[in-house]
Amino acid sequence: MAKKSASSESAADAAINRSLTPDDKIKLYREMVRIRRFEQVSLQHYQAGRMGGFLHLYIGQESVATGVVSLMGENDHIITAYRDHGHALAVGMTMNECMAELFGKGTGCSRGKGGSMHYFAPDKNYWGGHGIVAGQTPLGLGLAYGLKYRGLKGAALAFLGDGAVNQGAYHESLNIAELFDLPVIYVIENNGYSMGTSQARSSAFGNSLAERAAGYGIAWDTFSGEDIYEVRAHTHAAIERAHTECRPTVLEVKTYRWEGHSVADANKLKYRTKEEVELHQREHDPIQRWKRVLLDEGVCDEAELKKIDKAAQQEAEESAEFAKASAYPAPETIFEDVYWEVDQMTTAGLTGRHFFND
Amino acid sequence: MPRRITYRDALREAMDEELARDPMVVIMGEEVAQYNGAYKVTQGLWDKWGDKRIVDTPISEAGFIGMGIGASMLGVRPVMELMFWSFYTVAWDQIVNNAAMVRYMSGGKINCPIVIRGPANGGTSVGATHSHTPENIMASFPGMKCVVPATAYDAKGLLKAAIRDNDPVMFMESTKLYGEEWDVPANDELPGGELVIPLGVADIKRSGTDISLIAHGRAVITCLQAAEILEAEHGISAEVVDVRSIRPLDEETILDSVSRTHRAIYVEEGRPFCGVGAQIAYTIQSKLFDELDAPVLRVTSLDAPAIYSPPLEALQLPTPELVIEKALSIC
Ligand SMILES: Cc1ncc(C[n+]2csc(CCOP(=O)(O)OP(=O)(O)O)c2C)c(N)n1
Ligand SMILES: [Mg+2]
Repeated sequence: MAKKSASSESAADAAINRSLTPDDKIKLYREMVRIRRFEQVSLQHYQAGRMGGFLHLYIGQESVATGVVSLMGENDHIITAYRDHGHALAVGMTMNECMAELFGKGTGCSRGKGGSMHYFAPDKNYWGGHGIVAGQTPLGLGLAYGLKYRGLKGAALAFLGDGAVNQGAYHESLNIAELFDLPVIYVIENNGYSMGTSQARSSAFGNSLAERAAGYGIAWDTFSGEDIYEVRAHTHAAIERAHTECRPTVLEVKTYRWEGHSVADANKLKYRTKEEVELHQREHDPIQRWKRVLLDEGVCDEAELKKIDKAAQQEAEESAEFAKASAYPAPETIFEDVYWEVDQMTTAGLTGRHFFND
Repeated sequence: MPRRITYRDALREAMDEELARDPMVVIMGEEVAQYNGAYKVTQGLWDKWGDKRIVDTPISEAGFIGMGIGASMLGVRPVMELMFWSFYTVAWDQIVNNAAMVRYMSGGKINCPIVIRGPANGGTSVGATHSHTPENIMASFPGMKCVVPATAYDAKGLLKAAIRDNDPVMFMESTKLYGEEWDVPANDELPGGELVIPLGVADIKRSGTDISLIAHGRAVITCLQAAEILEAEHGISAEVVDVRSIRPLDEETILDSVSRTHRAIYVEEGRPFCGVGAQIAYTIQSKLFDELDAPVLRVTSLDAPAIYSPPLEALQLPTPELVIEKALSIC
């Protein structure tokens, strides 16, 4: 069932990519650059001590979320793990709400309750932002179940890492996905490492992690995430399968994270070499790659791309100003968003004691 | 000069000494070997002991914790790290239905000498999924033991006892304490040549006459800070009782303290509902009703999931000020 990875030229020729207008192509560039600038600016503020907790950066992987999200239609949904800033911006969450969340402010997307790992925007079909490794994988299955139950033609795109594939919840989900014919697409973002553990040290596999799907009779595919054309071509086939056959797919996208596991990862150059990181930065940067495609195709000129870069940088910096200027949530809000019934002051919410502070 | 080491180093020394003492002891967990531990508790152990004794596992908590439980049935003594105790939920069935029940259901034919250890605390803005404090939950299962050290000294002595214990021990640390230093004598300064603290023995961390502040884990430190201020600014002499081990529990020391002070507050970083303090308050009122001059009070985390926003999370956890306020209300 495996399909051989399409070379970049043939990926560019895929119908789904031929249909891209010059504006669409520029938009893909803009999205990727916005993600990168947002994270670079967030890193500065994290290091300046303006945020708490962890900051897991997506830098180097931008083409994956951007490419996949660019294919999403009205009834397609997305869910991911804690490395979630890229997916959030790609679905259209604003830099302001995302940055303010990192600062723990009341204007943050989760009202300062979730932090970096827990972004949500159900109005944009974006269901998080999940901190427990693979905890989101059955939820992705559930989104697919919900779509099918409600008679909607859609797909649930559930992202996970190369380390997450070893959790039981993921395997249980695969079995149910095939058994129940659910339109879920698991997108394994294989960046080679789960924290400091290489893929070879964490996973038993034949040729790929996606190939495990074959054991469940699920269609699977592997490809490089460096070229957004490839991401789109391969993911499109899976979305088509979900839409027309109501069946699951497992995709494995080869990618690379430039930074440490989180900013706190002091070993980031111990479990991999500096040369390896630099090679990816120099020769496999998805943004540079796409830039060359745009220039080669004559979609736009260098000056126009520079303008996009500058605008993204400015937007990111402004989002940090917005976050800084925003207020922290009021202490009473600690007890909001715990129970729907209590928040709405329904009869159920007003019956019996719900909180056990003194 | 007494030797001072960090809580983190104390834990590592305990494991290192037990690895040397008993060839059946194995350290397992995510990133414990080559990465030296996500919080560096196992720093250097893989270099020293190698692949057989220090084992990196995939991110498969149900799988590797269950494996450790199974291996323990054959006499291996796994000490398993949860990178955060919060991830116990993934291994919940293995812990509750296998580790805690196998001895009972086999009529005593099988035992389960495991330790599961790792940090269980809030206060570091890692959000609700990573800030669970499940000591009350773990202690609610007969068959399981639960230990929560507050200092480096206790961390070392209790972990060594936990590893030697023939029952499953849930050992809960705090990322906020890992870098803190305390006096921990070197083995050659100790009468028995080593530091082993039996489970089920509380420790009076500060003597006092007016009120008993009873706590476990980092809340003990909060109580000690509160006690200083109560003494200096309010002339109140507070005794601080560190239960150290929640199950088995040293009720005698707690009751003895309260029968002298006649007032008690339980302080913990967990949530109030069915908290450790609920159990202890029950014991105090049922056994010492006539000795009490005031109701037994509690200070806990505010009753909501852990909020991310750093300044708000600081309000969610017990502070010395809250303990003082409660103490003044009954003294
Ligand atoms: C159940 C659980 N176990 C462990 C962790 C700690 N942890 C967070 S991310 C991570 C590595 C995951 O790697 P991978 O799935 O490859 O995703 P990546 O970080 O590379 O995006 C680990 C061990 C966790 N959050 N949840
Ligand atoms: Mg990875």
